[in-house]
Amino acid sequence: MHGRPRKPSTPVDENASSLKANKLKSLQSQFLHNHHNKIYTEEALKINEKLIEANPEFMTAWNYRKLAFEDRIQALIDEELRVVENALRKNFKSYGAWHHRKWVVSKGNTSTEREIGLLNKFQQLDTRNFHAWNYRRSIAELKNIPDEKELKYTTDMIETNFSNYSAWHNRSVLLSHLMEKKVEGYLQKEIILKEEYEFVRNAVFTDPDDQSGWFYHLWLLDQTVKVDMPTLVSSWPPHGSDINQVTFPIILYFDEPVEGVSSHTVTVQTENDIFKNVTWNPLSTNKFKCAQAWMTHLSIPHEEVNSSKKVQVKVSSEMSDGIISLSGVTSSRPWSFGFTVSVCQNPQPAEGQNRRLSYADESFCTVDTNSNSAGLLTSYFESKTSDYEQSTSSKWKSEMIATEIDQYRDMLTWAESKKIGKLTLARLLTAYDAVMSTGAPDTANMEEVLQLYTELMKLDPAHNQYYMDEYSLALLKQVTSNKESLLKYCWQYKESTSSNITDSLCLRLNNLSLSRIGSFERLLWVQSLDLSHNELHSIEGLEALQLLSCLNLGHNKLSSFMALDPLRFLKSSLKVLDISYNEIGAHTIDTRRYLCSSPMSHTLDYDSKFEEFANGDANLVNFWDAYSIFGGLNLTQLDIVGNVAVDERFVLFLAKLLPGLEWLDGEELN
Amino acid sequence: MGELAGEKHAAYILKVEKKKDNLEAVIMEHLRINGAYWGLTTLDILGKLEAVDQETVISWIMSCQHSSGGFGGNEGHDPHLLYTLSAIQILALFNKIETLDIDKVSSYIASLQNEDGSFSGDIWGEIDTRFSYVAICSLALIKRLDKINVENAVKYIVSCKNLDGGFGCTPGAESHAGQIFCCIGALAITGSLHYVDKDLLGWWLCERQTKSGGLNGRPEKLPDVCYSWWVLSSLIIIDRVHWIDKEKLVKFILDCQDTENGGISDRPDDAVDVFHTYFGVAGLSLLEYPGLKAIDPAYALPVDVINRIFLH
Repeated sequence: MHGRPRKPSTPVDENASSLKANKLKSLQSQFLHNHHNKIYTEEALKINEKLIEANPEFMTAWNYRKLAFEDRIQALIDEELRVVENALRKNFKSYGAWHHRKWVVSKGNTSTEREIGLLNKFQQLDTRNFHAWNYRRSIAELKNIPDEKELKYTTDMIETNFSNYSAWHNRSVLLSHLMEKKVEGYLQKEIILKEEYEFVRNAVFTDPDDQSGWFYHLWLLDQTVKVDMPTLVSSWPPHGSDINQVTFPIILYFDEPVEGVSSHTVTVQTENDIFKNVTWNPLSTNKFKCAQAWMTHLSIPHEEVNSSKKVQVKVSSEMSDGIISLSGVTSSRPWSFGFTVSVCQNPQPAEGQNRRLSYADESFCTVDTNSNSAGLLTSYFESKTSDYEQSTSSKWKSEMIATEIDQYRDMLTWAESKKIGKLTLARLLTAYDAVMSTGAPDTANMEEVLQLYTELMKLDPAHNQYYMDEYSLALLKQVTSNKESLLKYCWQYKESTSSNITDSLCLRLNNLSLSRIGSFERLLWVQSLDLSHNELHSIEGLEALQLLSCLNLGHNKLSSFMALDPLRFLKSSLKVLDISYNEIGAHTIDTRRYLCSSPMSHTLDYDSKFEEFANGDANLVNFWDAYSIFGGLNLTQLDIVGNVAVDERFVLFLAKLLPGLEWLDGEELN
Repeated sequence: MGELAGEKHAAYILKVEKKKDNLEAVIMEHLRINGAYWGLTTLDILGKLEAVDQETVISWIMSCQHSSGGFGGNEGHDPHLLYTLSAIQILALFNKIETLDIDKVSSYIASLQNEDGSFSGDIWGEIDTRFSYVAICSLALIKRLDKINVENAVKYIVSCKNLDGGFGCTPGAESHAGQIFCCIGALAITGSLHYVDKDLLGWWLCERQTKSGGLNGRPEKLPDVCYSWWVLSSLIIIDRVHWIDKEKLVKFILDCQDTENGGISDRPDDAVDVFHTYFGVAGLSLLEYPGLKAIDPAYALPVDVINRIFLH
């Protein structure tokens, strides 16, 4: 007690003092009673308030207020939870109700058991209620329920009724987490996958028409096959080859899109360090600088051009932090490849003497296997992928897939519904070839895959085009699997029109009912490509073929100019293009628009110079698309007849865009 | 195969617009602005937008704007991203985006982006990839994408990618066609489709087609006309629409029409509503049904409206 003067107390003082004392004592004893009995009524709070005003140093009184506060909050929380539960009974799919519950739970103490109990009730009523599953995940995170416990819940739900995609989905999420975080008991991928394959087999075999297990099985297969980091699978020039160009591209082809390819991460070495400032460019439309194929253009400097000398070039990547996949995995295995460049000057092609290039059968003859181009092809196949990546062939992968193959072959003997069995078997056979790192794929497997997709087209006609695309990819894999099969499709031009073009082989993949193209890693050497008379509506991936100078896409199903977007990347090489008899202009919906550079996807700025070219023409969009694709191409020969979009005005527009054009639709231009 | 009763559907929409006092209208009052977008876009696809008094609609829309810059579902209702997008889309239809105070609206939208790149629907914090789509689409239409952190927004959406190739509301949430449309649309608008495994997702999406020809929203669920939009537009954006049987889907949508009174329902013989009428007609437009204006699959507005905004 401080600052009170000393003076004797009078009887009046003493009386007042003792009154005060009694009042305070009464308050205190009432308060303590309330406190010990956890009474937090309004009246009790008022008593406490009076006490605290009189004696703010009474700690217990403040503690009581905190307890009262928490109690009131708890009452509020309980009330809100009750209101939410009632609302959910009326509509258990209400976003607003579930969010409110989540919000309330974040405000204070709630019982885990209560929330899990509520969830179990709702999830039994509707096992697919994704709101409940989402809420369950947020509670698990909030209350630190271990992943293993939630995994057991999915096991229980699936064992009760395997037709529960939501449970399978959650299972895949939890297992991924456990494997990623390297939790005890989940370290050996092999063992986990084996158990999961067995687990999902029950679902798929019991009711093959129920989709719940299909996608889970596909995920397991992907987990089995996938390599742990991005890998270089192919290049141009191929390892060990000899090329004789003064100017040439180097193409790096990875197994998935990557970022970070630059002169810091990839070195191009020569004896006298003749290549300065090498810049690598991603062959893709996005602004994020990632692509599956990267390239650079190199020129032997004038001083080095010497008829007897060969320049040795080594391309390598040593740095571990450089090249990254889209999911953030770095390519830390070093790779390298080497080739030589003979630098004698090539004779210049005669100017203005170009005859029109024709793809008619009569223009071709069989390949001279001793020619330069055939030789290049040989070196392509002789340099095996083992030069690029030292993959650790995991025996468990091929064994696991082989077991699955046996299981599904067996299933096809007794299951009535064959669709998922055949589709899975086709995928398993393809996967088996992928994990067997020893060179060429198994021919028997490839034949069987083609057969399965053919059967699936009849079995499941609604998804006919899906199987057609898979068939096309498998066919191209087969065609490009070895030199012998590929040479069957290679032809030589009989007459020369321009020595650059006709010295090379023409890969003729026409009339094969191809609805899709692939296997680009084995086609980087192609300079002349005939894909006419097929069913192609997209040429995605073609941008990797940086040597392409002649391309025939006539008689296909290209339905917009945007479908030609990959040609943007072939500006320096492409000279001859045939897109006659396609469906450009015949469709109101463009399915390639967002996969290509355009202002709508913020991957290309609108170029107002276009308006000068278009001259105020009415059919703006077709012209804009054509302008952004063709403007910049240096074509000498073009065929576009047979497309709805191509009328007289359009032809004039094109002629302005392509000043170097000599042949248009078979007619020589002046 | 039946035919599209375009005239009947246009008349149905105009009728619904006028009826504000029956139970259905009152229970939907909180999202009337969404309803306006569905109705008006359908009319435009059918070539009948002039049947509506543009000025009345626009003045009502602006009355739904809140002081924060966002729009509510109706006059006096709290603002939310969902309603803000519909407001912008309707103004785009009428070529009247300049009516907006662009800075104000874009600031409202941008203020709802969180640090991890996700978007809250409003100040109360619900996070969902639907809101990522809404924010990105809205800002793209008013040319203010620069107001948000696009890289983070994309990163968040990609974090919601599932192992079946699809997308959910939040990371770890089950793939659902509605969410997939939102994520694919947002990735399309931001030029980020390289993050999508088109073959894996394409197969998941094409397997939404049931024996009836209609599409469901996820495995083992019933078909519904609204998925003719969400699944279909996603397939078109990633160029895998040829993996479904388009003719069978057209037939399913036509079978969901009420050819007597107009309107389209979720399934044949169910009650019609403006929501399903829009998705049915928009789906038919995507399937190139003759006589309909083409609709853009990412922005969900007619292609000529999108070209007007981006090709000038």
